[in-house]
Amino acid sequence: MARQEQGAAFNVILEALEQASDLAELQALSERMRDYFRVDHLVYHWVSGTGEQYGCGTYDPAWVARYLQKDYLRIDPVVQSCYQRFHPVDWKQLNWSGKAVRDFQCDAIEHGVGNQGFTVPVRGPSGQFAIFTVSHSCDDCGWHEFIEENRRELILAAHYFNQKALEFEPDRAPDASRQLSPREVDAMTFLAMGYSRAQVADTLSISEHTLRVYIESARHKLGAANTTHAVARSLQQGLIIV
Amino acid sequence: MIRYLYANDLHRHDRLARSMFRDRARQFSERLKWPVDVDPHGEERDEYDALNPLYVIWERPDGHHGGSMRFLPTVGRTMTGEHFLHLTDGVHVQSPLIWECTRFCLSEKAEPRVAAALMLAGSELMRGHGVEHFLGVFDAPMERVYRAIGASPDVLGSAGKGRAKTSVGLWAYTPDARAKLIARSGLSEELMRLWYVRSFGRVDGAKSAVA
Repeated sequence: MARQEQGAAFNVILEALEQASDLAELQALSERMRDYFRVDHLVYHWVSGTGEQYGCGTYDPAWVARYLQKDYLRIDPVVQSCYQRFHPVDWKQLNWSGKAVRDFQCDAIEHGVGNQGFTVPVRGPSGQFAIFTVSHSCDDCGWHEFIEENRRELILAAHYFNQKALEFEPDRAPDASRQLSPREVDAMTFLAMGYSRAQVADTLSISEHTLRVYIESARHKLGAANTTHAVARSLQQGLIIV
Repeated sequence: MIRYLYANDLHRHDRLARSMFRDRARQFSERLKWPVDVDPHGEERDEYDALNPLYVIWERPDGHHGGSMRFLPTVGRTMTGEHFLHLTDGVHVQSPLIWECTRFCLSEKAEPRVAAALMLAGSELMRGHGVEHFLGVFDAPMERVYRAIGASPDVLGSAGKGRAKTSVGLWAYTPDARAKLIARSGLSEELMRLWYVRSFGRVDGAKSAVA
Protein backbone atom coordinates (compact mmCIF):
# COMPACT_ATOMS: atom_id res chain seq x y z
CA MET A 1 0.00 0.00 0.00
CA ALA A 2 1.26 3.45 -0.80
CA ARG A 3 1.90 5.66 2.24
CA GLN A 4 -0.94 8.01 1.42
CA GLU A 5 -3.50 5.24 0.89
CA GLN A 6 -2.35 3.63 4.09
CA GLY A 7 -2.76 6.91 5.97
CA ALA A 8 -6.28 7.24 4.59
CA ALA A 9 -7.16 3.66 5.58
CA PHE A 10 -5.83 4.27 9.08
CA ASN A 11 -7.87 7.43 9.35
CA VAL A 12 -11.07 5.58 8.35
CA ILE A 13 -10.55 3.28 11.34
CA LEU A 14 -9.83 6.22 13.63
CA GLU A 15 -13.06 7.88 12.42
CA ALA A 16 -14.98 4.70 13.31
CA LEU A 17 -13.23 4.63 16.68
CA GLU A 18 -14.27 8.24 17.30
CA GLN A 19 -17.91 7.26 16.57
CA ALA A 20 -17.91 4.11 18.74
CA SER A 21 -20.46 4.28 21.54
CA ASP A 22 -20.13 0.98 23.39
CA LEU A 23 -17.68 -1.77 24.26
CA ALA A 24 -19.02 -4.13 21.59
CA GLU A 25 -18.00 -1.62 18.93
CA LEU A 26 -14.58 -1.31 20.52
CA GLN A 27 -14.21 -5.09 20.22
CA ALA A 28 -15.16 -4.98 16.52
CA LEU A 29 -12.66 -2.15 16.01
CA SER A 30 -9.85 -4.13 17.62
CA GLU A 31 -10.48 -6.80 14.97
CA ARG A 32 -10.52 -4.24 12.17
CA MET A 33 -7.33 -2.69 13.41
CA ARG A 34 -5.63 -6.10 13.64
CA ASP A 35 -6.53 -6.66 9.97
CA TYR A 36 -5.26 -3.20 9.09
CA PHE A 37 -1.86 -3.85 10.69
CA ARG A 38 -1.88 -7.41 9.29
CA VAL A 39 -0.80 -8.99 12.55
CA ASP A 40 -2.06 -12.14 14.27
CA HIS A 41 -3.42 -10.31 17.31
CA LEU A 42 -4.29 -6.94 18.75
CA VAL A 43 -5.30 -6.41 22.38
CA TYR A 44 -6.31 -3.41 24.45
CA HIS A 45 -6.41 -3.85 28.23
CA TRP A 46 -7.60 -1.16 30.58
CA VAL A 47 -7.37 -0.81 34.36
CA SER A 48 -9.25 2.09 35.98
CA GLY A 49 -8.07 4.17 38.92
CA THR A 50 -10.31 2.02 41.15
CA GLY A 51 -8.89 -1.27 39.81
CA GLU A 52 -11.72 -2.19 37.46
CA GLN A 53 -10.54 -4.02 34.36
CA TYR A 54 -11.76 -4.26 30.83
CA GLY A 55 -10.25 -5.77 27.73
CA CYS A 56 -10.98 -6.17 24.09
CA GLY A 57 -8.98 -7.89 21.43
CA THR A 58 -8.45 -10.90 19.28
CA TYR A 59 -6.73 -13.51 21.48
CA ASP A 60 -8.34 -16.96 21.57
CA PRO A 61 -10.88 -16.89 24.46
CA ALA A 62 -9.29 -20.15 25.67
CA TRP A 63 -5.99 -18.25 26.14
CA VAL A 64 -7.71 -15.40 27.99
CA ALA A 65 -9.40 -17.92 30.32
CA ARG A 66 -6.14 -19.76 30.88
CA TYR A 67 -4.27 -16.51 31.55
CA LEU A 68 -6.78 -15.61 34.25
CA GLN A 69 -6.95 -19.12 35.70
CA LYS A 70 -3.14 -19.39 35.92
CA ASP A 71 -2.92 -15.82 37.22
CA TYR A 72 -0.25 -15.08 34.59
CA LEU A 73 -0.64 -11.37 35.31
CA ARG A 74 1.83 -11.90 38.18
CA ILE A 75 4.66 -13.16 35.98
CA ASP A 76 3.89 -11.76 32.52
CA PRO A 77 7.03 -9.69 31.76
CA VAL A 78 5.00 -7.44 29.44
CA VAL A 79 2.68 -6.36 32.22
CA GLN A 80 5.52 -6.20 34.75
CA SER A 81 7.59 -3.94 32.54
CA CYS A 82 4.77 -1.67 31.33
CA TYR A 83 3.02 -1.03 34.62
CA GLN A 84 3.63 2.57 35.77
CA ARG A 85 5.91 3.21 32.82
CA PHE A 86 5.33 5.02 29.56
CA HIS A 87 7.79 3.88 26.91
CA PRO A 88 6.63 1.32 24.32
CA VAL A 89 8.41 -2.04 24.36
CA ASP A 90 9.29 -4.67 21.83
CA TRP A 91 8.86 -8.00 23.66
CA LYS A 92 12.42 -8.91 22.72
CA GLN A 93 13.63 -6.17 25.06
CA LEU A 94 12.12 -7.92 28.06
CA ASN A 95 13.66 -10.47 30.33
CA TRP A 96 12.26 -13.90 29.40
CA SER A 97 14.71 -15.90 31.49
CA GLY A 98 13.59 -17.92 34.48
CA LYS A 99 11.61 -21.12 34.29
CA ALA A 100 8.17 -19.73 35.16
CA VAL A 101 8.46 -16.99 32.53
CA ARG A 102 9.76 -19.40 29.86
CA ASP A 103 6.89 -21.82 30.56
CA PHE A 104 4.45 -18.92 30.31
CA GLN A 105 5.93 -17.91 26.97
CA CYS A 106 5.69 -21.48 25.59
CA ASP A 107 2.09 -21.65 26.74
CA ALA A 108 1.34 -18.31 25.04
CA ILE A 109 2.91 -19.43 21.77
CA GLU A 110 0.97 -22.71 21.90
CA HIS A 111 -2.22 -20.67 22.22
CA GLY A 112 -1.37 -18.71 19.08
CA VAL A 113 -0.23 -15.45 20.69
CA GLY A 114 2.89 -15.43 18.52
CA ASN A 115 6.58 -15.18 19.25
CA GLN A 116 6.75 -11.43 18.62
CA GLY A 117 5.01 -8.55 20.29
CA PHE A 118 4.99 -4.79 20.76
CA THR A 119 3.22 -3.12 23.67
CA VAL A 120 2.39 0.54 24.26
CA PRO A 121 1.62 1.52 27.86
CA VAL A 122 -0.83 4.41 28.25
CA ARG A 123 -1.17 6.62 31.30
CA GLY A 124 -4.58 8.17 31.70
CA PRO A 125 -5.93 10.59 34.29
CA SER A 126 -6.25 9.73 38.01
CA GLY A 127 -4.42 6.43 38.06
CA GLN A 128 -6.04 4.94 34.98
CA PHE A 129 -3.66 2.70 33.08
CA ALA A 130 -3.84 0.68 29.87
CA ILE A 131 -1.72 -1.40 27.59
CA PHE A 132 -2.15 -1.82 23.86
CA THR A 133 -0.45 -4.79 22.21
CA VAL A 134 0.06 -6.27 18.78
CA SER A 135 1.54 -9.76 18.51
CA HIS A 136 2.58 -11.91 15.62
CA SER A 137 4.47 -15.00 14.44
CA CYS A 138 7.45 -14.14 12.29
CA ASP A 139 11.23 -13.89 12.35
CA ASP A 140 13.13 -11.10 14.09
CA CYS A 141 14.02 -9.28 10.90
CA GLY A 142 10.45 -9.13 9.67
CA TRP A 143 9.21 -7.93 13.05
CA HIS A 144 11.88 -5.27 13.33
CA GLU A 145 10.89 -3.92 9.93
CA PHE A 146 7.21 -3.99 10.85
CA ILE A 147 7.83 -1.99 14.04
CA GLU A 148 10.07 0.55 12.34
CA GLU A 149 7.37 1.12 9.74
CA ASN A 150 4.35 1.16 12.05
CA ARG A 151 5.60 2.41 15.42
CA ARG A 152 4.04 5.84 15.05
CA GLU A 153 0.59 4.54 14.10
CA LEU A 154 0.70 1.90 16.84
CA ILE A 155 1.43 4.56 19.46
CA LEU A 156 -1.39 6.76 18.13
CA ALA A 157 -3.82 3.80 17.99
CA ALA A 158 -3.01 2.93 21.61
CA HIS A 159 -3.87 6.42 22.79
CA TYR A 160 -7.06 6.69 20.75
CA PHE A 161 -8.32 3.38 22.11
CA ASN A 162 -7.67 4.74 25.55
CA GLN A 163 -9.38 8.08 24.96
CA LYS A 164 -12.45 6.18 23.78
CA ALA A 165 -12.38 3.73 26.69
CA LEU A 166 -12.20 6.67 29.11
CA GLU A 167 -15.42 8.06 27.61
CA PHE A 168 -17.18 4.87 28.70
CA GLU A 169 -16.23 5.36 32.36
CA PRO A 170 -19.38 6.05 34.38
CA ASP A 171 -19.84 9.47 36.04
CA ARG A 172 -17.06 10.92 34.05
CA ALA A 173 -16.71 14.69 33.85
CA PRO A 174 -16.38 16.10 30.31
CA ASP A 175 -12.78 16.09 29.23
CA ALA A 176 -11.44 19.63 29.10
CA SER A 177 -8.04 18.38 27.98
CA ARG A 178 -9.35 17.67 24.51
CA GLN A 179 -10.48 21.24 23.90
CA LEU A 180 -8.36 23.18 21.44
CA SER A 181 -6.80 26.37 22.78
CA PRO A 182 -7.30 29.60 20.77
CA ARG A 183 -3.80 29.31 19.31
CA GLU A 184 -4.44 25.77 18.10
CA VAL A 185 -7.74 26.93 16.58
CA ASP A 186 -5.85 29.73 14.78
CA ALA A 187 -3.32 27.27 13.38
CA MET A 188 -5.99 24.85 12.14
CA THR A 189 -8.04 27.71 10.67
CA PHE A 190 -5.21 29.07 8.54
CA LEU A 191 -4.27 25.57 7.39
CA ALA A 192 -7.91 24.97 6.41
CA MET A 193 -7.76 28.19 4.37
CA GLY A 194 -4.94 26.68 2.35
CA TYR A 195 -2.04 28.61 3.88
CA SER A 196 1.32 26.87 3.81
CA ARG A 197 3.03 26.12 7.11
CA ALA A 198 5.49 28.94 6.52
CA GLN A 199 2.62 31.37 5.90
CA VAL A 200 0.73 30.23 8.99
CA ALA A 201 3.84 30.57 11.16
CA ASP A 202 4.45 34.02 9.73
CA THR A 203 0.85 35.10 10.25
CA LEU A 204 0.85 33.91 13.86
CA SER A 205 4.37 35.30 14.47
CA ILE A 206 5.71 31.94 15.65
CA SER A 207 8.49 29.73 14.33
CA GLU A 208 7.66 26.78 12.10
CA HIS A 209 8.89 24.43 14.85
CA THR A 210 6.46 25.95 17.32
CA LEU A 211 3.70 25.67 14.74
CA ARG A 212 4.57 22.02 14.22
CA VAL A 213 4.07 21.32 17.90
CA TYR A 214 0.78 23.24 18.05
CA ILE A 215 -0.45 21.23 15.07
CA GLU A 216 0.77 17.97 16.61
CA SER A 217 -0.98 18.79 19.85
CA ALA A 218 -4.22 19.70 18.03
CA ARG A 219 -3.97 16.49 15.98
CA HIS A 220 -3.77 14.45 19.18
CA LYS A 221 -6.73 16.23 20.79
CA LEU A 222 -8.80 15.71 17.63
CA GLY A 223 -7.94 12.01 17.46
CA ALA A 224 -6.68 12.36 13.89
CA ALA A 225 -4.01 10.39 12.05
CA ASN A 226 -2.28 13.37 10.42
CA THR A 227 -2.58 17.09 9.75
CA THR A 228 -4.96 16.79 6.78
CA HIS A 229 -7.34 14.65 8.83
CA ALA A 230 -7.02 16.97 11.80
CA VAL A 231 -8.06 19.94 9.65
CA ALA A 232 -10.99 17.97 8.20
CA ARG A 233 -12.07 16.91 11.64
CA SER A 234 -11.96 20.38 13.15
CA LEU A 235 -14.12 21.61 10.25
CA GLN A 236 -16.61 18.74 10.71
CA GLN A 237 -16.86 19.40 14.42
CA GLY A 238 -17.38 23.10 13.85
CA LEU A 239 -14.28 23.96 15.87
CA ILE A 240 -13.03 26.25 13.16
CA ILE A 241 -14.84 28.47 10.70
CA VAL A 242 -13.32 29.46 7.38
CA MET B 1 28.00 6.48 32.41
CA ILE B 2 24.38 7.10 31.51
CA ARG B 3 21.56 5.39 33.38
CA TYR B 4 17.90 5.53 32.38
CA LEU B 5 15.84 4.98 35.54
CA TYR B 6 12.16 5.26 36.40
CA ALA B 7 11.47 6.80 39.81
CA ASN B 8 10.29 3.48 41.22
CA ASP B 9 13.70 1.95 40.45
CA LEU B 10 15.73 4.71 42.13
CA HIS B 11 15.79 2.87 45.46
CA ARG B 12 18.20 0.38 43.90
CA HIS B 13 20.63 3.24 43.26
CA ASP B 14 20.46 5.03 46.56
CA ARG B 15 23.72 6.98 46.41
CA LEU B 16 23.05 8.10 42.86
CA ALA B 17 19.46 9.15 43.60
CA ARG B 18 20.23 11.03 46.80
CA SER B 19 23.11 12.92 45.22
CA MET B 20 20.84 13.81 42.28
CA PHE B 21 18.17 15.32 44.54
CA ARG B 22 20.88 17.16 46.53
CA ASP B 23 22.45 18.55 43.36
CA ARG B 24 19.00 19.68 42.27
CA ALA B 25 18.62 21.55 45.56
CA ARG B 26 22.00 23.25 44.98
CA GLN B 27 21.15 24.23 41.43
CA PHE B 28 17.51 25.25 41.70
CA SER B 29 17.27 26.49 45.27
CA GLU B 30 20.76 27.81 46.13
CA ARG B 31 22.09 29.02 42.79
CA LEU B 32 18.96 29.93 40.84
CA LYS B 33 16.82 30.85 43.89
CA TRP B 34 13.76 29.10 42.47
CA PRO B 35 11.02 28.70 45.10
CA VAL B 36 11.40 24.91 45.27
CA ASP B 37 10.95 22.59 48.26
CA VAL B 38 14.11 21.25 49.88
CA ASP B 39 13.72 18.59 52.60
CA PRO B 40 15.79 18.34 55.82
CA HIS B 41 18.28 16.05 53.99
CA GLY B 42 18.96 18.84 51.53
CA GLU B 43 17.09 17.08 48.69
CA GLU B 44 14.83 18.87 46.24
CA ARG B 45 11.68 17.13 44.96
CA ASP B 46 8.44 18.39 43.48
CA GLU B 47 5.00 16.94 42.75
CA TYR B 48 6.15 15.61 39.35
CA ASP B 49 8.77 13.35 40.92
CA ALA B 50 5.81 11.49 42.44
CA LEU B 51 4.39 10.61 38.99
CA ASN B 52 7.04 7.97 38.29
CA PRO B 53 9.00 9.99 35.72
CA LEU B 54 11.91 8.59 33.75
CA TYR B 55 15.27 10.07 34.78
CA VAL B 56 18.29 10.16 32.54
CA ILE B 57 21.30 10.35 34.83
CA TRP B 58 25.03 10.71 34.32
CA GLU B 59 26.68 8.55 36.99
CA ARG B 60 30.22 9.50 37.98
CA PRO B 61 32.82 6.78 38.53
CA ASP B 62 32.34 7.11 42.31
CA GLY B 63 28.62 6.36 41.95
CA HIS B 64 27.50 9.96 42.51
CA HIS B 65 25.29 12.10 40.33
CA GLY B 66 27.01 14.15 37.62
CA GLY B 67 23.94 15.47 35.82
CA SER B 68 20.38 14.52 35.02
CA MET B 69 17.05 15.34 33.47
CA ARG B 70 13.50 14.17 34.01
CA PHE B 71 10.96 13.00 31.47
CA LEU B 72 7.17 12.70 31.59
CA PRO B 73 4.67 11.96 28.81
CA THR B 74 2.71 15.08 27.81
CA VAL B 75 -0.53 13.06 27.66
CA GLY B 76 -0.44 13.01 31.47
CA ARG B 77 0.16 15.76 34.04
CA THR B 78 3.06 18.02 33.14
CA MET B 79 4.80 21.09 34.48
CA THR B 80 4.40 22.92 31.15
CA GLY B 81 0.67 22.15 31.11
CA GLU B 82 0.06 23.14 34.73
CA HIS B 83 2.47 26.01 35.36
CA PHE B 84 3.83 27.42 32.11
CA LEU B 85 0.83 27.80 29.78
CA HIS B 86 1.58 31.53 29.60
CA LEU B 87 4.83 30.62 27.81
CA THR B 88 3.14 28.48 25.16
CA ASP B 89 0.46 30.96 24.10
CA GLY B 90 -2.04 29.07 26.22
CA VAL B 91 -1.54 25.86 24.25
CA HIS B 92 -1.58 22.80 26.48
CA VAL B 93 0.82 20.70 24.41
CA GLN B 94 -0.28 17.07 24.50
CA SER B 95 0.79 14.22 22.30
CA PRO B 96 2.11 10.69 22.78
CA LEU B 97 4.88 11.74 20.39
CA ILE B 98 6.05 14.61 22.64
CA TRP B 99 7.65 14.11 26.07
CA GLU B 100 8.32 16.79 28.62
CA CYS B 101 11.89 17.30 29.81
CA THR B 102 12.39 19.24 33.07
CA ARG B 103 14.86 19.68 35.95
CA PHE B 104 17.94 19.54 33.73
CA CYS B 105 20.61 19.65 36.40
CA LEU B 106 24.40 19.56 36.41
CA SER B 107 26.53 18.77 39.43
CA GLU B 108 29.02 21.50 40.37
CA LYS B 109 31.72 18.91 39.74
CA ALA B 110 30.44 17.93 36.31
CA GLU B 111 32.91 18.04 33.44
CA PRO B 112 31.79 20.13 30.46
CA ARG B 113 30.98 17.06 28.40
CA VAL B 114 28.27 15.84 30.79
CA ALA B 115 25.64 18.21 29.39
CA ALA B 116 26.34 16.93 25.88
CA ALA B 117 26.24 13.32 27.08
CA LEU B 118 22.81 13.91 28.64
CA MET B 119 21.41 15.51 25.51
CA LEU B 120 22.82 12.65 23.48
CA ALA B 121 21.06 10.22 25.82
CA GLY B 122 17.89 12.21 25.15
CA SER B 123 18.30 11.67 21.44
CA GLU B 124 18.67 7.92 22.15
CA LEU B 125 15.28 8.06 23.86
CA MET B 126 13.73 9.74 20.84
CA ARG B 127 15.23 7.25 18.42
CA GLY B 128 14.40 4.24 20.58
CA HIS B 129 10.85 5.11 21.60
CA GLY B 130 9.44 6.95 18.60
CA VAL B 131 9.37 10.32 20.37
CA GLU B 132 9.42 13.22 17.91
CA HIS B 133 9.89 16.20 20.24
CA PHE B 134 10.89 17.10 23.77
CA LEU B 135 9.22 20.06 25.39
CA GLY B 136 11.30 21.60 28.17
CA VAL B 137 11.39 24.31 30.79
CA PHE B 138 14.75 25.96 31.35
CA ASP B 139 16.42 29.11 32.62
CA ALA B 140 18.94 31.59 31.23
CA PRO B 141 22.10 29.81 32.46
CA MET B 142 20.91 26.53 30.91
CA GLU B 143 20.21 28.35 27.66
CA ARG B 144 23.93 29.13 27.48
CA VAL B 145 24.81 25.51 28.23
CA TYR B 146 22.55 24.28 25.44
CA ARG B 147 24.08 26.79 23.03
CA ALA B 148 27.60 25.77 23.99
CA ILE B 149 26.95 22.11 23.17
CA GLY B 150 25.11 22.87 19.94
CA ALA B 151 21.72 21.73 21.22
CA SER B 152 19.79 24.99 21.43
CA PRO B 153 16.06 24.42 21.58
CA ASP B 154 13.48 26.33 19.63
CA VAL B 155 12.07 28.77 22.18
CA LEU B 156 8.27 28.81 22.34
CA GLY B 157 8.10 31.57 24.92
CA SER B 158 10.00 33.27 27.75
CA ALA B 159 9.26 35.33 30.83
CA GLY B 160 11.50 37.26 33.21
CA LYS B 161 14.84 38.93 32.65
CA GLY B 162 18.52 38.17 33.08
CA ARG B 163 19.29 35.07 35.14
CA ALA B 164 15.65 34.84 36.20
CA LYS B 165 14.47 34.36 32.62
CA THR B 166 12.48 31.15 32.26
CA SER B 167 11.66 29.66 28.88
CA VAL B 168 9.76 26.80 27.33
CA GLY B 169 11.61 25.25 24.43
CA LEU B 170 11.41 22.45 21.99
CA TRP B 171 13.94 19.91 20.80
CA ALA B 172 13.60 17.77 17.70
CA TYR B 173 15.76 14.84 16.68
CA THR B 174 18.15 15.74 13.88
CA PRO B 175 21.19 13.79 12.67
CA ASP B 176 23.11 17.09 12.59
CA ALA B 177 22.54 17.90 16.23
CA ARG B 178 23.35 14.30 17.11
CA ALA B 179 26.70 14.42 15.33
CA LYS B 180 27.59 17.60 17.24
CA LEU B 181 26.65 16.03 20.56
CA ILE B 182 28.75 12.97 19.83
CA ALA B 183 31.74 15.22 19.18
CA ARG B 184 31.11 17.36 22.28
CA SER B 185 30.53 14.45 24.64
CA GLY B 186 33.53 12.46 23.45
CA LEU B 187 31.34 9.36 23.53
CA SER B 188 30.84 6.87 20.74
CA GLU B 189 27.56 5.75 19.19
CA GLU B 190 28.40 2.22 20.33
CA LEU B 191 28.84 3.15 23.97
CA MET B 192 25.62 5.18 24.01
CA ARG B 193 23.82 2.21 22.44
CA LEU B 194 25.28 -0.13 25.05
CA TRP B 195 24.02 2.05 27.93
CA TYR B 196 20.62 2.30 26.30
CA VAL B 197 20.39 -1.46 25.81
CA ARG B 198 21.45 -2.08 29.38
CA SER B 199 18.44 -0.07 30.59
CA PHE B 200 15.82 -0.96 28.00
CA GLY B 201 16.93 -4.27 26.48
CA ARG B 202 18.12 -5.15 23.02
CA VAL B 203 15.87 -4.93 19.97
CA ASP B 204 17.79 -4.95 16.74
CA GLY B 205 20.69 -7.14 15.78
CA ALA B 206 20.04 -9.82 18.37
CA LYS B 207 18.71 -13.17 17.27
CA SER B 208 15.77 -14.15 19.39
CA ALA B 209 15.96 -17.34 21.40
CA VAL B 210 12.26 -17.83 20.79
CA ALA B 211 11.91 -17.75 17.01
